[in-house]
Amino acid sequence: MDPDLPDPTPNPTSTALVLLLIATGGILGALLRYQLGLWWPTPTGHLPWTTLTINVTGCFTIGCFMVTIGAVPRPLLRPFLVTGILGGYTTFSTYTVDLVHLGREGHWVMGIGYGLGTAAAAIAGVLLGMRLGRLLGPESRAVVRQA
Amino acid sequence: MNSYLLVAVGAGAGAPLRFLIDRTVTRLVRHNLPWGTFSVNMVGSIILGALSGALMAGPELALLIGTGFCGALTTYSTFSYESAVLWERGRRSAAMMNIVGSVVVGLGAAVAGFAVGSAFWG
Repeated sequence: MDPDLPDPTPNPTSTALVLLLIATGGILGALLRYQLGLWWPTPTGHLPWTTLTINVTGCFTIGCFMVTIGAVPRPLLRPFLVTGILGGYTTFSTYTVDLVHLGREGHWVMGIGYGLGTAAAAIAGVLLGMRLGRLLGPESRAVVRQA
Repeated sequence: MNSYLLVAVGAGAGAPLRFLIDRTVTRLVRHNLPWGTFSVNMVGSIILGALSGALMAGPELALLIGTGFCGALTTYSTFSYESAVLWERGRRSAAMMNIVGSVVVGLGAAVAGFAVGSAFWG
């Protein structure tokens, strides 16, 4: 079920390697998110377009990756790309705290729109990414497997 | 300290911690819902809420703990992917429950964190 869990790693060395890859990927993803925020900052009282775009593009990408990555015999690819980069790139906490700020500033309609809009666009992004991945990828539904 | 370095240090701790919490919770809670991702997202929302309410927290702490640590600890991509997979497998109510529950409880966690942050460090 859980895409963040790679195959069981009984070997402590491989667990350490997985953690290192996740940290490295997480740093890269977070730096990209930070840089995009510097380029397109959200003024107070405005819709957080940058965070919304980051989360939706990250969701599209995870959809693409998860249906194609299983076909590649590289067990360390998922910890690095998905758990690391995409996990570090997208953020749930900024989303919820931005909702708190919009509410406190009295922007209720914008808050509700942002809250529902992100959730809907994120799911649509994942489904679209999975569809594209299955079209392009060598393997199809078998990859979305029980973990 | 360089702002990129602050974000990197925070994220370097947050991302592996997400993996460890996710793995621990998933092993403990033998339930077919993504409680691991739920847990990290709630913890991150509380911490970022508290940080946001704490006026005394300077810009360096915001980069280290906020942008870096909380940003990397929480994830929107895995949350949405897990919800989409539940939906695709026909577990539509579970998918909706995961989405609505995460957003509503996450918002509550951020509000609670904000209240605590502004009460103690406001």
